[in-house]
Amino acid sequence: MSNPLISARGLTKKFGDFTAVNGIDFDVFKGESFGFLGPNGAGKSTAMRIIGATSQRTSGTISILGKDPELHGPQIRAHLGVVPQQDNLDMQLSVAENLYIYGRYFGLPRKFVKGKVDELLAFAQLEEKRDAKVETLSGGMKRRLTIARALVSEPEILMLDEPTTGLDPQARHILWDRLFRLKEQGVTLLITTHFMDEAEQLCDRLIVMDKGTIMAEGSPASLIKDYATKEVLELRFGSDRNQEMGAKLRTMCDRIEELPDRVLMYTDDGEALLEKIYAADFHPKTSLVRRSSLEDVFLRLTGRTLIE
Amino acid sequence: MFIPMAVAIADARAGKRGERVYSGRVPQLLERGFIAFKSSTYMIVISGFLEPVLYLLSFGYGIGKLLPTIAVGGESIKYAAFIAPALLATSAMNGAIYDSTMNVFFKLNHDRIYHGMLATSMGPLDVALGEIGWALLRGFSYACAFMAVIAPLGLVESVWGLLAIPAAVLIAFGFAACGMAITSYMKSFQQLEIINMLLLPMFLFSGSFYPISVFPQWLQFTVNLMPLTHAINLVRGLCLGNLELALLGHALYFVVMIIIGLFFTTKRLNALFMK
Repeated sequence: MSNPLISARGLTKKFGDFTAVNGIDFDVFKGESFGFLGPNGAGKSTAMRIIGATSQRTSGTISILGKDPELHGPQIRAHLGVVPQQDNLDMQLSVAENLYIYGRYFGLPRKFVKGKVDELLAFAQLEEKRDAKVETLSGGMKRRLTIARALVSEPEILMLDEPTTGLDPQARHILWDRLFRLKEQGVTLLITTHFMDEAEQLCDRLIVMDKGTIMAEGSPASLIKDYATKEVLELRFGSDRNQEMGAKLRTMCDRIEELPDRVLMYTDDGEALLEKIYAADFHPKTSLVRRSSLEDVFLRLTGRTLIE
Repeated sequence: MFIPMAVAIADARAGKRGERVYSGRVPQLLERGFIAFKSSTYMIVISGFLEPVLYLLSFGYGIGKLLPTIAVGGESIKYAAFIAPALLATSAMNGAIYDSTMNVFFKLNHDRIYHGMLATSMGPLDVALGEIGWALLRGFSYACAFMAVIAPLGLVESVWGLLAIPAAVLIAFGFAACGMAITSYMKSFQQLEIINMLLLPMFLFSGSFYPISVFPQWLQFTVNLMPLTHAINLVRGLCLGNLELALLGHALYFVVMIIIGLFFTTKRLNALFMK
């Protein structure tokens, strides 16, 4: 593989006594879609801000396209498109004006930016909203506008911090579709998320973070293979009985997790296990066999669920 | 290899002075100001212009009837001609303060517009200078408009009065730089009110409506420390044609304000956005 676009070693960020990012190492390569998966407060956004040259690390090294963000902030930011967790669109301007002025902030010539605005309005499916004020847009539209805005400088790296948090399922799918297109065009994507389905859909490779450290790294498929079984059997015995039943079922599978609302049994053949359970005269109220997901990986690594 | 234009533009600035905090994008920020201005509330703009005109009408012609002339440095001048320069200086201050406090606070804490700006290849000094530049443009237009009212009324005694316009811009610059620096440290709208609480007494006691020589020594001393006193003395000196060395001293007061204000604004924006 070629040289990484982004390379971090022992990257650490402290706010007073609190260590937000604790000595993490990672490399991001050109054209890949790289994810930071973890619960709120895992240090994902902090890591993103350091990459985005808007936060200074406490220690460790990081190089973005061979440069140190601490020394060359504006030059590095010229390569990046940033979609922050919290929208920061210019409320005093219209949709098209938001795109236009953002291009100008990069020092781009007027004519170039005007052409870009039309192209991006089409990309974000916001042509009809061209002259609308930003306030009148729905959450999904604002998000698409923020992504379009981040693309105005034709960045090689697009950084998305929790891109679909707060959106309804339909808006999420529209957004994912737009991100797929960018990926196909060769844009390197950096995504933080606490949604495992989002990570599975969008990321070629990801790091699982918890409390500022990296718990595991790999493709979604390889992480599931390494840290979970092929299938999961979910059983519900009623909230007060899950613990007790879990203890009795423990010997029947490779691994078991007792959550307050359900028991998760890890196995390569869920249906077969379920038959065995009925044969042994256990009677769960509901049962569900499903594929293992990144949620299971996270549970295995940390003993906690992603969304608590 | 394809190099995006944004990258080429940023790379061209490599090695220049202050490249980490400044990218030469003040014109682009002023452009934003104009675009936003087109659809803004004209009332704020109009009231900024009307305020000094109303003061001039009510005080100049009201009190002017009771007190036709006033003695300044051995000369007697029309009362309206005495207060007009003070009102010019005050409107420059008010415009600059409005733009650099309320407006800036909103963009900083509510709309988070600066966060978006600083994710581009701009730096915090671009943002600071751009916002202050916009405040100056506004100060400049108010000064011109007010001058267009008072000059035909014969309230500007000297040709040197033309210099009152650049002087108003200097004054606006000083107040805007300090206003933005202070605002960047503020946490709530309530704290911003402190600025307004300081401005009103400063306006009333800084010799706008009568010479400060009527005050006791200790109050004169205090008033002489206030920036608006220097602003008024500078503009009044120019409008009356009283060219004296002290005018340079007043101007210098604002140069110092500009330097201090810009220093703290950039420092604070850096701390806020690069934390």
